Amino acid sequence: MKKYSIGSITTLLLMLFAIPIIAGTLDEVQKRGSLACGVSTGLPGFSATDEKGNWKGLDVDGCRAIAAAVLGDASKVKYVALNAKERFTALQSGEIDVLVRGTTWTKHRDTALGLNFAGVNYYDGQGFMVLKKLGVTSAKELDGAIFCIHAGTTTELNLADYFSKNGMEYDAIVFDTHDQAVRGFEVGRCDCLTSDQSQLYALRTQLSKPYSAVILNEVISKEPLGPVVRQGDDAWFNVVRWSFFAMLNAEELRVTSANVDAMRRTSVNPAVRRLLGLDGDKGQSLGLPDDWSYQIIKQIGNYSEVFERNVGKGSALRIKRGLNALWKDGGIQFAPPMR
Amino acid sequence: MLGTVLFFLLIGANALKNLEQQGITSGFAFLSQKAGFSIIQTLISYSESSTYGRTFLVGLLNTMLVSVLGIICATVLGFLIGIARLSSNWLIAKLAAIYIEIFRNLPLLLQVFFWYFAVLRSLPLPRNSLHFGDWFFLNIRGIYIPRPLPGQGLTALIIVFGVSIAAIYALKIWARKHQEKTGKEPPTLLISLAILIIPSTITWFSSGEPLQWELPALKGLNFKGGLTVIPELAALLFALTIYTASLIAEIVRSGILSVSHCQTEAARALGLPHRKILRLVVIPQAMRVMIPQMTSQYLNLVKNSSLATAIGYPDLVSVFAGTSLNQTGQAIEIIAMTMAVYLTINLTISWLMNRYNERILLQEQ
Repeated sequence: MKKYSIGSITTLLLMLFAIPIIAGTLDEVQKRGSLACGVSTGLPGFSATDEKGNWKGLDVDGCRAIAAAVLGDASKVKYVALNAKERFTALQSGEIDVLVRGTTWTKHRDTALGLNFAGVNYYDGQGFMVLKKLGVTSAKELDGAIFCIHAGTTTELNLADYFSKNGMEYDAIVFDTHDQAVRGFEVGRCDCLTSDQSQLYALRTQLSKPYSAVILNEVISKEPLGPVVRQGDDAWFNVVRWSFFAMLNAEELRVTSANVDAMRRTSVNPAVRRLLGLDGDKGQSLGLPDDWSYQIIKQIGNYSEVFERNVGKGSALRIKRGLNALWKDGGIQFAPPMR
Repeated sequence: MLGTVLFFLLIGANALKNLEQQGITSGFAFLSQKAGFSIIQTLISYSESSTYGRTFLVGLLNTMLVSVLGIICATVLGFLIGIARLSSNWLIAKLAAIYIEIFRNLPLLLQVFFWYFAVLRSLPLPRNSLHFGDWFFLNIRGIYIPRPLPGQGLTALIIVFGVSIAAIYALKIWARKHQEKTGKEPPTLLISLAILIIPSTITWFSSGEPLQWELPALKGLNFKGGLTVIPELAALLFALTIYTASLIAEIVRSGILSVSHCQTEAARALGLPHRKILRLVVIPQAMRVMIPQMTSQYLNLVKNSSLATAIGYPDLVSVFAGTSLNQTGQAIEIIAMTMAVYLTINLTISWLMNRYNERILLQEQ
């Protein structure tokens, strides 16, 4: 009798526990009425809070675009600030629906961690920032230098590769957050701060004297950064990926947040009409409302607007489009057609 | 008991199933993979081409280093402060009380940050190092001292030194027996010092150069050679010691106050001097009250050492549960290993302290 009861309890518990933690993320987000989006703990231009406590930045706009597409309202995002060490676990365990946090797309992460990269919203590369007074002009002069690094990123591995390839030595002090790494750099604990170049430009604005530091020209790695979702949820993967592609296509077709209403009324360009959900299969194949892409462009803007507002001409960072220009303007940003 | 085991088996099975469903690799194979990142302080040889298994060892040893040093320093400082607080000198007692109240009540993380950034901000850059001669340098990157390298005759020196220690121990035993037999306490301090210093010194000079010293020197951007104490270790050790000592001081005070005053008076009536009353009568009895609480403080200190990760000291949590976890994504395996380490260290400390406690327990008849 006792044996029997333990056996049945075990079976029952097994059934209870073995329910997969996440079923359909899209359904769940729609039911919940808000998107849980993982962002960085504070990186100006990409994701940081302004003085009123609102999240702003290129990555934040990625979150808002998904919320606009899925819920029709870009403000329905619950931001979860994560440091580099926490981010994958938060996504794997279902704490967040999507991770938009300057995460480099690598083979290991794409295959072994149960994750999928939905696109590249920023092409980056690892660079070096040093104090001007050190008089260093090239990374080759950094033999024996001490580096400040943000823990748990591809940065640590690239740095080791670069120095062993060039037969040089280095030491690294690894901090938990960007803020602490910048502080260590500023007081002089290390000679050099290394990170993705975009992040270096952002972190430089946090120094008490930003122009006392220079960012070297060398770029030592490829860092394609983009939104990440859990593997095995294709419907949600499609939504995240096409929310981004909609912004790229809008830029290519010169549809902006300012002219989108007029375009919707008057445009006869078939590509624009498909983009704005007037012709074609509209939102059905994605499981979204027909005006999903209109909402993204209306509320957030196209990729060019997002870029210039957060990290380009309209921001303190003043980063040039470079690789992140559209393919037809000499960059490598390319979105498959909306049809 | 069965329920607990069953529960863990169940959540284990569930975790494995979920991992498999999400396409996440599991298992301990990653431990033999190449780690590919550097660590600033390693007690064993380590390079970018070492494995994650080696990373684990490096982190473990760094945690042990700061814990052991912290426990020793906090105990010594805590005893001094605790006794000072009971001092009949008003000024000393009040200073000790102020120390205890300040450091006991501030959050430890805040203290870690304070010491780290206060230490860093006040130190010069490598080119302007503070120094004594060409063998001691102090700058923002750490303290640089000569590194001893084994030379000729080192074995002889070690043997002589070992024999000296044994001789001192034998002397102590003889002195004790002598005292038990005759009631007279033979003076041993000067003889012990002589045994410790004279034979070793003679061997040092007669055996060539038993130790050679590698001096630190400024090369390029930073110092090379010698031994380096990184500021992260110094700041963490400082914070852990000062904080834990303030708690230990209170334990020492409660222990001493728990010893009945009659004991002191009786000892004084026998004509023992004040220092001997403390060492032979009060402290041994106070220890019985103090040991269990001291054990808790030691365990706390070991656990608190994981705050290292906030200031970049490469302890187990920082290099293994931090960087390695992030590079491999093996969260469950790595967290389990890290938890097992802290559990093992702390159970060992508890066990040792309990042994000690049993030994000093009142031997009742």
